[in-house]
Amino acid sequence: MTHVPIADLPMDDHHPTSFAAKYVWSQDHKVIAIQYATIAIFVGVVALILSAFMRLQLGFPDTFSFINPNTYLQYMTMHGMIMVVYMLTALLLGGFGNYLIPLMVGARDMAFPYLNMLSVWFYFVSVLILLASFFVTGGPTGAGWTLYPPQTILPGTPGNEWGIILMILSLAVFIVAFTMGGLNYVTTVMQARTHGMTLMRMPLTIWGIFIASWMGLLAFPALLVSAIMMAMDLLLGTSFFMPTLVSLGNSVDHSGGSPLLFQHLFWFFGHPEVYIVALPAFGMVSDVLATHARKNIFGYRMMVWAIVIIGALSFLVWGHHMYVSGMNLPFGFFFATATLIIAVPTALKVYNWTLTLWQGNIKLTSPMLFAIGFIFTFVHGGLTGLFLGNVIVDVPLADTMFVVAHFHMVMGVSTVMVIFAAIYHWYPLITGRMMHEGMAKIHFWTTFLGSYAVFLPMHYLGFMGVPRRYFAMGDTAFMPESTHALNASITVFALILIAFQSVFIINLIWTLKYGRKAGKNPWGATSLEWQTPDVPPAHGNWGAKLPVVHRWAYDYSVPNATQDFIPQTVPQGDMMEKSSDGPAEGTETTEGKPS
Amino acid sequence: MSLIARLTERSWDPATSAAAAASATGPMDVFAGRQVMLHIFLVIVSVIFLLFFLTFIAHSQYPGFETLTGEPWKPLASTTQLWINTGVLAMASLMMHMGLTRARQGLTGQAVGFTMVAAFFTIQFVLAQLWLWRDLHGMGHTLVSNPSHSYFYLMTAVHVLHLVGGLVIMLGALAIIWRRAAVERLERSLKLCSTYWHYLLGLWLVLFVLLTRSPETYRTIAILCGLG
Repeated sequence: MTHVPIADLPMDDHHPTSFAAKYVWSQDHKVIAIQYATIAIFVGVVALILSAFMRLQLGFPDTFSFINPNTYLQYMTMHGMIMVVYMLTALLLGGFGNYLIPLMVGARDMAFPYLNMLSVWFYFVSVLILLASFFVTGGPTGAGWTLYPPQTILPGTPGNEWGIILMILSLAVFIVAFTMGGLNYVTTVMQARTHGMTLMRMPLTIWGIFIASWMGLLAFPALLVSAIMMAMDLLLGTSFFMPTLVSLGNSVDHSGGSPLLFQHLFWFFGHPEVYIVALPAFGMVSDVLATHARKNIFGYRMMVWAIVIIGALSFLVWGHHMYVSGMNLPFGFFFATATLIIAVPTALKVYNWTLTLWQGNIKLTSPMLFAIGFIFTFVHGGLTGLFLGNVIVDVPLADTMFVVAHFHMVMGVSTVMVIFAAIYHWYPLITGRMMHEGMAKIHFWTTFLGSYAVFLPMHYLGFMGVPRRYFAMGDTAFMPESTHALNASITVFALILIAFQSVFIINLIWTLKYGRKAGKNPWGATSLEWQTPDVPPAHGNWGAKLPVVHRWAYDYSVPNATQDFIPQTVPQGDMMEKSSDGPAEGTETTEGKPS
Repeated sequence: MSLIARLTERSWDPATSAAAAASATGPMDVFAGRQVMLHIFLVIVSVIFLLFFLTFIAHSQYPGFETLTGEPWKPLASTTQLWINTGVLAMASLMMHMGLTRARQGLTGQAVGFTMVAAFFTIQFVLAQLWLWRDLHGMGHTLVSNPSHSYFYLMTAVHVLHLVGGLVIMLGALAIIWRRAAVERLERSLKLCSTYWHYLLGLWLVLFVLLTRSPETYRTIAILCGLG
């Protein structure tokens, strides 16, 4: 049988010939990426508006009649679930993963384009099902994004009629969509890399997405299993998670189930999910920092290993979300220790990002600003994670605003910073036009400072004992007046922060028509996606022949080179000063010596 | 080149990196990609069932949990029906393997014939499982009568769903090969199907063993897993 390299699959069988084939039922990874990203950003805006409603209530209690205890819990649940699963996961893996994997590894498309197309449409259906819950009797579920039974199912919890059914169904469809996508991402990276693209020549973006995809494929089954079992408890009367109990004066029909079992299953998915979101961000920020500092990434090999180690360890720490569930002491000790061990490779990455900047020719472009902003917010959120990873500190801080501040900084703000950095960085490739730098900088400073204005005081609220998930605090004695004033201030800043995101949306749209033409490789980047014959890349990406890779992705500011970057497609020895008798390029990089 | 060697490549160093690139295989062929995808998919299915097993073992340690075997009134006190079903599924797996070997020898007609027999046995297994459920249900061992019964129906149903899914995909692949007269794809398609069927037979055997153990065995497994 003829050998058909998977990277070089002929595009004829899905070459778009009609509008529908090109923009709707497209099998082109770039179109699918844009479809994923558009849906994710739309649903993310919905979740952002829900957070504004929550802040209005917390900052100015009893002022807005449409927010009552039930709707508050529904906004909170939907905000959390949408942001974590339907926005961040979908945007980072479905959006960036789809766009960048084939281009960065030198393939014409994903390994299975048809499956890829099914993936995005399943994702679309899952979002429709989720949003449909706003329009059914009882509204969406208000059980919290963790969906803990038994309260998720019992009367008294908002949305316990149709909302929870739609949530479970939507999650199941999303997991099917993710699995189809994830199989594609992993197989493409493993099998479809072009000639010369060894594993250790891959940019860190691909490493982050690759490991995160593996993690998603192994972690989402836990959510699927718990969703199936909960659906059976809810609809068929089984007792996987439902114990014997009296609800609103009535005995329930269930007996013998364990709510704690659900928590274990949920967090076996839930904690890796943090890194499913974080690892692609780690990868992308590494590439943005290296490109805009005109310097090779510091400690590339360690950065790869750190991604792999973080991915593996993240499956061993789920229990740190359950310290207050009655866990026994040795388990608490194990989970706390494992959690603190993860800090080692994570800290290594932070040091390496900082050392990449050290003595670099730093260009303070908008992607770079967001990337530096990420380092700040990630360090901030990561350090508070060390607090919460310790049982003895976590117990008093659990269920307070400190936890809200922590996870928003570490997986909300910092990840979104990278998403913005990545959009400003790769938008010229996607559209062929540069985004407006002035608007981008306004967007950066309002987002960066706004995020601190919102989340920094929340740590203080947590220390004061202000609980999370509460609709209203009332006149609780232990909370001084300052907490109420601070809540109002947070709300004002949150609304400003949200309002200024419109600058970004305007910039996205404005650029499509009025943005300056980007031309080829406007940032002077080395990685493959910038070396396509067309900008934006055409269907099939590479013209007649696949590119051949001759070097790693970080040859920036190589001594004696004719320019301050050498693309991966340039053979060794080319682009060097002819008169130079110095060493070959790449040999004097920072990493070359210690390793 | 071993995985460790590939992950320790000094890619920033032109000399060693060029040597590593020279010894790399380059882009894989399409079939290899499908094979990799199937193997990853089987890992995912294994994770799903591993989680079912773990929660089952955890549940087995709660008060009120009844094992499925033991006393004569227990649902799986007699395992005859399970053994018959196992034999049917084993035949399906064997026929799939025979089909693959015939395809390798270029005997297309026989290969398709054996595959059809495999499909027949697979359908038989599904029907036999449905029969078993009907019998158990008729005896009062319903989905909600005990968590152990719930697990039995859940896990066997998910197993059957995977089998039915595999059957649909296999018949679809055969139809495509027939329509496009792409006989050269038969062997490779059957190789993937064969792997899937053997895996599902193995999974069924694990399920069989797990569901028919005594409380003492569950207790031991639970202790070993830290669930006791």
